[in-house]
Order: sequence, then C-alpha cells, then structure tokens
Amino acid sequence: MILAITTPKPRRNVELVLLVLALAVGIGASAMVGLNSPAAFDSDFWFQSSLLVVAAFAFHMILRFRAKYADPIILPIVVALNGLGLALIHRMDQPGEDTGNNQLRWTLLAMAVSIIVIWFLKDHRLLRRFTFISLAASAILLVLPLVPGISAGEVLGASVWIRIGPMTFQPGEIAKITLAIFFAGYLSSNRDLILLAGRKIGPMQLPRFKDLGPMITAWLVSIGILVFQRDLGTSILFFGLFIVIIYVATSRISWVVIGVALILGGGFLASRFFSHVAFRLDSWWNAFTPEVFDRSPGGSGQIVQGLFGMADGGLGGTGLGQGRPDLVPFANSDMIVALIGEELGLIGLFAVVMLYMLLFTRGFRAALGARDAFGKLLACGLSFAIALQCFVVIGGVTRLIPLTGLTTPFLAAGGSSLLANWIIVGLLLMISNTARGPVDTTPVTHAPTEAVQTS
Amino acid sequence: MNHSIRNAWMAAVAMFALLFGAISYVQVIGAGDLNDNPWNQRAVLANYCNDRGAIIVGGKPIAESVAGDETCKYQRSYAQPELYAGITGYFSRTYGSTGLEQQLRDELAGSSDQLFLDRVSQIFLGSQPKGASVELTLDPVIQKLAYDLIPDGQRGSIVVTNPKTGAIIAMVSKPSYDPNLIATHDPAKEKAGYDQINQVPGINLNQSVSGPTGELLAPGSVFKLVDTAAALSSGKYNKDSVLPNPDSLPLPGSSASLPNYAGGNCSTRNTADFPFALEQSCNTPFASIALDLGQQAIADQASKFGFGQDFGDQLKLQSAVSIFPKNLDQAALAQSAVGQRDVRATPLQIAMMTAAIANKGVQMKPNLIKTVRAPDLRVISEPKAEALRTSTTPDIASQITQWMTDVVSQGIASGAAVPGVQVAGKTGTAQLGDSGLNNSWFTGFAPANDPQVAVTIVMEGVDVSTGAKLTSPNAKKIFEAVLNK
Repeated sequence: MILAITTPKPRRNVELVLLVLALAVGIGASAMVGLNSPAAFDSDFWFQSSLLVVAAFAFHMILRFRAKYADPIILPIVVALNGLGLALIHRMDQPGEDTGNNQLRWTLLAMAVSIIVIWFLKDHRLLRRFTFISLAASAILLVLPLVPGISAGEVLGASVWIRIGPMTFQPGEIAKITLAIFFAGYLSSNRDLILLAGRKIGPMQLPRFKDLGPMITAWLVSIGILVFQRDLGTSILFFGLFIVIIYVATSRISWVVIGVALILGGGFLASRFFSHVAFRLDSWWNAFTPEVFDRSPGGSGQIVQGLFGMADGGLGGTGLGQGRPDLVPFANSDMIVALIGEELGLIGLFAVVMLYMLLFTRGFRAALGARDAFGKLLACGLSFAIALQCFVVIGGVTRLIPLTGLTTPFLAAGGSSLLANWIIVGLLLMISNTARGPVDTTPVTHAPTEAVQTS
Repeated sequence: MNHSIRNAWMAAVAMFALLFGAISYVQVIGAGDLNDNPWNQRAVLANYCNDRGAIIVGGKPIAESVAGDETCKYQRSYAQPELYAGITGYFSRTYGSTGLEQQLRDELAGSSDQLFLDRVSQIFLGSQPKGASVELTLDPVIQKLAYDLIPDGQRGSIVVTNPKTGAIIAMVSKPSYDPNLIATHDPAKEKAGYDQINQVPGINLNQSVSGPTGELLAPGSVFKLVDTAAALSSGKYNKDSVLPNPDSLPLPGSSASLPNYAGGNCSTRNTADFPFALEQSCNTPFASIALDLGQQAIADQASKFGFGQDFGDQLKLQSAVSIFPKNLDQAALAQSAVGQRDVRATPLQIAMMTAAIANKGVQMKPNLIKTVRAPDLRVISEPKAEALRTSTTPDIASQITQWMTDVVSQGIASGAAVPGVQVAGKTGTAQLGDSGLNNSWFTGFAPANDPQVAVTIVMEGVDVSTGAKLTSPNAKKIFEAVLNK
C-alpha cells in the first residue's frame, strides 16, 4: 500500500462547485422541457427545481458534518443524473399524469433515507455484523412478491412487485444491497479458506467442492428469480454481483470461468424451457422480422421503436421536447435511454454514459482505498452492480444484448430503484470517506479483527 | 486484492466500451437504414405537427393549420369541408394524405426547393417551420352553386372551367365527406371518423382517385363530338354530308343491332345531316361514321382530345386516364362510337374535350393553382396558361361549335339556353346495362362566339327524365352565374 504522504483533504468545496454545475444540468433540462411544452414554466418547474436544490445542498451539508472526506465527485454525478431524469420524466407526462412529481417525491425520500444511513451508520464496517441478517433479509425481500396478499401480481410479465396500501414497491431493488452486504461479509471472513484450499489444474486453481456452496446458492437464487419472478435482468444482476465479489475476494479467475459457464448453462436451459426468456432472445435476434415485430406481448416493437427514435436523434438529437418518444412504449422508464438518444442525441447519451462510467470508477476508487476487506468487497460489488445494470439496460435498448427489464439507475421512473440506488450512493460515500480520510486507529467497537492483504 | 479490483474495473470499462460502440452504431452508422425502415413512422410524422401552409379559395382558407393540442402544436382544419374535400383531400396521421394535401406536400410543408432559404432562416431564428400557402383558381360562389345543384344522395360531378386558360372555376362531386373527421390527433377519434366516412355509400377513402378527376364513366352521346371531329378531319365528310340514319343499325358479325333512341325525333328521317344527327343525338349516323373511318381514326381523334393521356403538370390532383379501347370488332366499334361499351371518361376529360372545341381546337392544361406564396407572402410560383395539345383545327372547332349551338337553340339540350347568350352544348345518356338507369351528361360552353366558361355535368344512375332535369337546366344556372359576374 502506498502510504499517504500528503495530509488528507476533504475537498468539500470542490463538491459544492460541481454540485452547482450538476443542478444546472437538471434544472436546465427541466427549463428546456418547460419551454417546449404548451404550459411553459408552470408551477411544477419552480417547485421541482427549488426542492431539488434544497435536497442537494442538505445532502452536501450532511457530508460536511458526517463524512467530510467522502469522494467529492459522486454526489454531483448522481444529482445530475437524477435531475436529468426528473426533467425527462416530466417531459413524458401527459396532461393529468403526475409521474414527474411522483418521481420527485421518491427522490426526496430516497435522499432522506440515504442521509439517515450516513448519519446513523457513521461507519460502513458496522454492516459486517449484519452479514447473515442480510442474507435472511434478502431471502425475505425476494420472496415477498410471491406472497399472496402483499404481492401486486404479475405486472408486465414479471412478479417483482409488492403492494402496500396505494404504493407499489420492488423489494428486489433493496435485495441488491443486502445481498452485496452478505456476499462481502461472508467472503471477507472466509476468503482465506477458499483461497488456500483446492487443486490446481494447469494455470487454474479449482476450488474445493464444499467451497462451491455459496456460489451454488447464489446461482440457485438467480435461477429462482428467473423461474418464479420471470425477471431475467435481476437474475443476471445478482449473479454478476456475486461473481465479481468472489473474484475480487480470491483473485481467482477460475471463479469467473465457472460463474460464466453457469450463467450460459442456466441461460441456455431457461431459453429452452421458459417462453418469456425465449421470446426475449427471439425479439433480440429477429427484431426486424414482421411476425416478431407485431407479436404482442413479447414482440420487438418496443426495441425497434426505441432504435428508430435513437436513429432519428442522430448526432445532436432533436432537442428536448422536440422528438417523438411517445411512439416508444415506456419511454420514461425502461426505454429512457432511447429518449435521451432521441432528444439529446449521441452527444447527450455519451455524456450520460460517461457520467455512469465516472460514477462506478469513483466507486472502484473507494474500493481501492478502503482499508478493510469488507469495505473493498462491498464498494467493488456495488460499483460493479451499477456498471452491470447500465450495461444490461443500455445494451438491451441498443440491441447489443437482449432487452431485459432493469431500470436505468437514477434516471428511470420508479421509486424502489431510486431508493436503492441512493442508499448505494450513501454506502459508497461512507466507504470513500474512510478510504480518503486520515487513518482511523481506533478499532470499531466489537468488530472482529481481520487480516487485510494489500497488494 | 487491489489487483483484482482493477481487473473488475477494467471489465466494467470494457462493457461500457461496447455500449459506446452500440450507441454509435444505432445513432450514426446504422441510423440511415433505421430511418428508411418502412415501419418507421417518424419520417411521415416529421412534419405532421408543423404549421402547414393554407389552401385558399377566394381569399379565404379552405384548409389551414390551427393551434393543436399537447401532442401536436398544429392541427389541420377544413372550412366548408364537404364542399372542397374532393380538391383538398385529407391529411391524416394514420391514413396518410390525398388530393392537394398530398400532391402539394412539399409546398404546404415548406420543404420544397424554393423554400430552402426560408428554412435556413427558420433554423437561425429558431422559429417553427412554416409551409407555403396555395391559392386556387376556384370561384367560391360557383363552387357552392355547383355543389348545391347536385341533390343530396345523388351521385354526380360538375366541372366548370375557363376554356381559354384551362383554369378550373369549380369542380365538385357528391357524395362528399368531412376531412376534419380524420384530421384529429386522437387515434380513437381518427379511426371512428374513418369508419364513419367509409360507411357512406359511394365513398371509399382507400381509393387513391375519385370524383371528377378519378371516376371513369361511360360518356354516352357526348362522345359523338369525337366522331364528328374525326369525320371532318378525315376529309371524307364535310358540313353538308348526308349520313345514313336507319332506326336500327345491324351490328356486323353479331345478331344484335344498335338502335336510335325510340322516343326521339330521329325516326322521322332515314338520312340525316350533322346538325340533325347532333341536335337529336341519333346513334346510327355516328356508328356508320365509325365503321366507315375505322377504329384507328376514332382512337386517334379520341387521343387528341385526351383519352389515354394525362392532364399535364398543372392540375396537381391524382387523376385517372380515360379509355378508348383497342382491338375492337366492328360491333364493339359501332357501340363505342356512341360512348357505350367499354369507353370510359372522367368528368374532367369530357370538360377538357369541350374546352378544346371552345378554344379553337387547342386544349389548355387544366390548372387549379393560382399562386403559391412563401410564408412572407412572396410569390414562389404562379402557373401561366399553357397549351396541353392541339385537338383539332380551328375550322373544325368552329364548325362543331356552330352545330353545338343548334343543339341548345333547337335540339335536345334546349334546357341549357340562356336568354341573350349563344350557348353551345351536347347531352349524353349512357345506359347502365338493362337497369333503365343512365349516366346523364351535359357538356357545353358559352358564349359560343367568345367562350368564357365551359360546363360539364354528369349525374350517375338516374332515369331519363331526372337526368334531363339535373343536367341542361343546371348548366344554364351555372352559365348565368359565371357570365353575370
């Protein structure tokens, strides 16, 4: 480990300047939407903008108090993405619809929860105590949508929603975090065992069969989600999250090879036995054949309309509010990337993808700097999850891979996703705070001692 | 551990590199193919919501873009929709466009070459694209009069032109429809409107052409003007020729025969001259002429009047091509010579034939467009009167004019006579099978010595007396209205 010779710098003022820029992006987009809609600058604009500003600066102030060494770039990136998402969702609102304000309410709630996490948790290492509680919580969260009475039933082919009063919620989004905590906690404790045992075949060291237990479990969970909830995207996301954490924990490429083999095998079986998976593959590969285009449900019309929109946007886009994203189903949620491509063009979409790349890169940076194995694994897992989720969504919309139902983090309409991603941001900020801050010599109360291998 | 963190980061970056590639492919490299895809509505919809130019008649818009709703800044609106539907056509998001809306799409949308500089300035000023407005040659008063002369529920067309310029003064047909019904942005209302229009008998929005420019009808006796011109130009006949006029002409190679109209005056003479044959509209003299001259002569003369030809480049309306069939046997030729059998003409074609006779044998291009103006009112184009083709010689034209004058003054088109004005005319009654119903025609012009207006009327599927009431007397009203202006 390279010893920090310079004294740690909080860089909160850098964050403040970037935050102003980020707010300018979101509010500017909102203003353009207002200019291009018949009811220009209605009360929604001032209301939304001022609330967003207040929330962003409140978050900033909390960081000054509680996590003053936190990474100064993460918050502005997320505020920019979230602000842009609000503007885009507001842009798609038909008269009488209120998705924009609903998204704003969820944004404020999510930011508040994230602030609470930072304020009360203080140190991410405390989460390691909840390793097995997290596993139990994940199991409950994943089963909830299938429980009669609370399940919201099958929505658009997937059973991932629960209903509490008037609200619907996707518990799987939160399970993403609890699973990451479990994987990180379990592997940071058991990595030495897994690392040392096993037979070597050629350049690859194979794990012992009994050490495969967690991987088989993760695989079964993913397959379970695919079979019972019909949610291919979440299934891939969880399994990818697990593979990256176990790879980082052990540095063994063999885990990745086994994992990818399991994914491909599972995917192949799923495509043979489950019509919804087969339809997705067919809609991807044969998107431009008439039968597939016209098929409903499960046709390629959504993807193809999104592609038409993006092609129409071209390099510079049609301009916010000037395109025809209303032709694309779910333009404010699943297909919001196509909306950005259409109205903001290749340039705008590249900028958004760059923001995501910067975001997960800062997350990996926090993982590098973290001084505890748990923090490293958690930061790495969460950052990779963001990257993988973006890849699955944007790759699906651009027909690089089959389209699956995952949300675009911070942009797409949907409260559960916002809440989960803001909590992830809170965790990443906390990990980066300990990574970038002065070395804390006082041990965390009751925290088990651990060996940290640094390379 | 940090080494594998870096590897994981590189894997994530590699995934994002693929994303950048995929986005570039969709939005730049493959964008052309996607934009050209036939399923891609965006090209069609690109200027759907723009401020299209107005179509103007008598200084008032009959089609214009008005403020729309949230989904579309502008929406098309038609004034007196039924009266002008045959001209304007419709402009629909789902069902496309017809009529002038379709044929003048570049001008109305502002995407024609002449509007290039306007588009450039619109880009810099950030203003909404605007289309050019088109003023028509139609006279709103005559248009309304003609429309009202066709009774509701009656199928028919009326075409009023200026034979010297080719300008169309009025062009109407019934049944008509309200294009506003499918100009709505609400897909459900649009579908309902479409179904509602198509329920009206005789209307089929799927047809690309209909009405005066598109409907192909048996012309009946008005086709005898073609025979007359062919006879005179052959050199075998002159104004004093004596024509055989038997009550019935046996059709060669067939057991059937072609009779003269039983109730008329034709049977009073066994021979006829041209004035008598035209005045009483006898069949057998003209069938004899056709059998004598042969089908090529008749076909050539028909072609010179416009059969088998288009209407030139100034009409800007989709139109059907009138037909004089080829490879006729003698019986078919005899029947074709009196406008029966498989001869088919659009109302506009008959109007053009008459206009050529009125204009000393020169057929002018039918023209509907007076001026096309840019949004700043600058005139972009202003079609001039142009000759389309020479149909016959001035001498023959003036001879036929004289005989047509007699048809009105002392023949069976007397209902078209206007006091104090010499009116030239010819009627036609094309039998529709054995139903007893006919297509009843009148075509003529006035004043005969200095033609200002040509009128062609056809009423479809009427009995003889209704046809007589709805053609010549109505022509009189139109002549009076135009000439007294």
